[in-house]
Amino acid sequence: MADQLRVNSDPRAALAGDAVKQVDLRKRPRIGETIIQTILYACGFISIFTTIGIVYVLGQESLRFFASDEVSLVEFFTNTVWQPVIGEFGILPLVNSTMMVTIIALMVAIPLGLAMAIYMAEYASERVRAFLKPVIELLAGIPTVVYGFFALTFVTPWLREIFGRDVVQIYNVMSAGLVVGILITPIIATLSEDALSAVPSGLRQASLGLGATKWETAIRVVVPAAFSGIVAASIVAMSRAIGETMVVALAAGASPQFTFNPFLPAETMTGHIARISGGDLSYQTIDYNSIFAIGLVLFFMTLTLNIVSRMIVRRFREVYE
Amino acid sequence: MSAEPLTPLSASTGRLPQGEEVKQNVASRQQRGKLWQASLLFSVFVGLLVLLLLAWNIVNDAFGGIAVQEAVEVEALTGGRELEELAQPELVAILEENLRSRVLRNLNREQPLAERDAENLIEVILFEIIKPEVVATFSLYDYLFNRAEIEAQLAQDFPRAELEFKSWLRWDFIVNPMSSNPIFAGVRTALLGTLWLLVLTILISFPLGLGAAIYLEEYQSDKIFDERKPVGRFFNRVIERSTSIISTNIYNLSGVPSIIYGMLGLAIFVRALEAFTSGSFFGANEGTTANGRTIISAALTMSLLVLPVVIISSQEAIKAVPSTLRQASLGLGATKWQTIWKIVLPNALPGILTGTILAISRAIGETAPLIVVGASTFIVTDPTSIFSKFTVLPIQIYNWTSRPQDEFRAIAAAAIITLLILLLSLNATAILLRNYLRSRRVS
Repeated sequence: MADQLRVNSDPRAALAGDAVKQVDLRKRPRIGETIIQTILYACGFISIFTTIGIVYVLGQESLRFFASDEVSLVEFFTNTVWQPVIGEFGILPLVNSTMMVTIIALMVAIPLGLAMAIYMAEYASERVRAFLKPVIELLAGIPTVVYGFFALTFVTPWLREIFGRDVVQIYNVMSAGLVVGILITPIIATLSEDALSAVPSGLRQASLGLGATKWETAIRVVVPAAFSGIVAASIVAMSRAIGETMVVALAAGASPQFTFNPFLPAETMTGHIARISGGDLSYQTIDYNSIFAIGLVLFFMTLTLNIVSRMIVRRFREVYE
Repeated sequence: MSAEPLTPLSASTGRLPQGEEVKQNVASRQQRGKLWQASLLFSVFVGLLVLLLLAWNIVNDAFGGIAVQEAVEVEALTGGRELEELAQPELVAILEENLRSRVLRNLNREQPLAERDAENLIEVILFEIIKPEVVATFSLYDYLFNRAEIEAQLAQDFPRAELEFKSWLRWDFIVNPMSSNPIFAGVRTALLGTLWLLVLTILISFPLGLGAAIYLEEYQSDKIFDERKPVGRFFNRVIERSTSIISTNIYNLSGVPSIIYGMLGLAIFVRALEAFTSGSFFGANEGTTANGRTIISAALTMSLLVLPVVIISSQEAIKAVPSTLRQASLGLGATKWQTIWKIVLPNALPGILTGTILAISRAIGETAPLIVVGASTFIVTDPTSIFSKFTVLPIQIYNWTSRPQDEFRAIAAAAIITLLILLLSLNATAILLRNYLRSRRVS
């Protein structure tokens, strides 16, 4: 065998013609080490079980939902009414309000977060950064239910003051969207700041050396170089906004409605799941199964966004040596 | 974008600016830069402003004025004395005089009046006879700056009511159990629930997350089976593939909305594993029909939720340990596990602990999955075991915020402050622990 070498333990012994000692240089199996490694592998495998569990649970209950006589797949995706009481299950109103909240949130968060990121990466001095970073982390660390409280007790009254009480309802999509925007701003700010800081300083120096101003350097050299990171950050934030529950559950209202008016109440997918499962939900009812069908749609929307964001980072990242 | 010429001037004429034009051009570009810089700074200030508004909004609701109106005046009840001055038999007498016989019978059945101490009797008198009722609640701003207006309106609407300053966040609020009356309501049950959940989630997710992180960082490329046999090669290949699937999977899991984890918990831990999570399998059923909606179900759900974050942050910490340390240890003849246990982990521990505590403090503020898993919104009994029904602070905040009355909004704000203090102290612990471990490390 190749690795069972014959080794002379002592050259003189070989010369003397003594028996040549055989040494096995193969790694000796250690039972203890193997057991530990197996246990650790099992720990890692739990994440696979989690994914399988999510897909299985959502899929199985959704199948039951679609197998029932009250709903068909086509109706589910085309009907614009969600009224479980009268047997109308069209997910469009829920998806529509989710998208409205998300778009309003992104309209707040992308300019705000990006501006913060550019300021921190290009303009701020060390001391200002040392102050701003923890503040942004603080914003990111506040529980979402607190943001929900803020939306309902501060932003909504403020909106009603500005636009009038007949225009803006107590529960409305606008307030929820604005606050979700504040909630995802730290995500865009920190992730974009990472991307901007990763741009090598040689590019900045070259641009400044050619006579560009600091702003021109930032917006025409650094931001394009970090563009993939910024887009990825926005997509991650978008997926977060879609999955956000507490703010919309508190501020966006509790009636599924197909409307494009942001000042009317409209329940989102997450808000509906939270409301339906908040009561004592009995299993084997169409309500119980329906939230899993919504959950499945939600899961695929966020999963797709996350995968796309990773793909963008990998595919379009500008690599500088 | 970058191909575009810098100024419209040179674009239109096709020549470079000369002489006086250059100065003008530079000056206007500099000015534009300053303008944009100011707008960036403005955005940062907007962020800070939002944070301040958020804080002010909470404080504004958690403190303020209340107008209390009592069904029966204390003086009329006791003949001008304070309740605290009365002896125990006098209190019993007051109760027997003023309550209907049915209510008295109920009270006596709970615990005979004669056996109760004065403190308890005063509580009963307050609750059953005096019934202090908050007829109006005012925010801190109104209480401080619109005092005259408030008093005028009160005198008109509730002439008997008294305006007083009220801090909704006070010691009673922390130690009182839940109540349907916001004046007496407290967060003890919810706070205990949160602490139970915190400890259990750490106990479950820390070992699992650390184990997975060690595997992914240290054993990723290790081959367990014999490479020379086709079967061994096959199994090695399977493990290698699954390991790479695990790492991408962890990243994808960290992006799944938390409410989906709640649904997973509802279907698996609450429903499918009901026999275990309700405790009936272990004979621990206390007769409280918790049917799987227990602390342990919530903790398992939360553990799955934080696991990806714990794994990723632990991986970062392990990655940061210099590989020369590993090589030195292996070179001295230590086995792989000895190297990990004695060299890598002690060096990575500060980072791992900080990451874990931060991840779990994030989970403690989570509400959505627990709503789905079935936290109770109204229970008065403290959790006593992992099979108890439970409620947590965020659920209480959600519940109180969604009610229309001002008093509930006030106690929601007080509960928010409690939760934020808890979270801040957790984070502070993480930082202190890291500094302590770093300073102790010999390197």
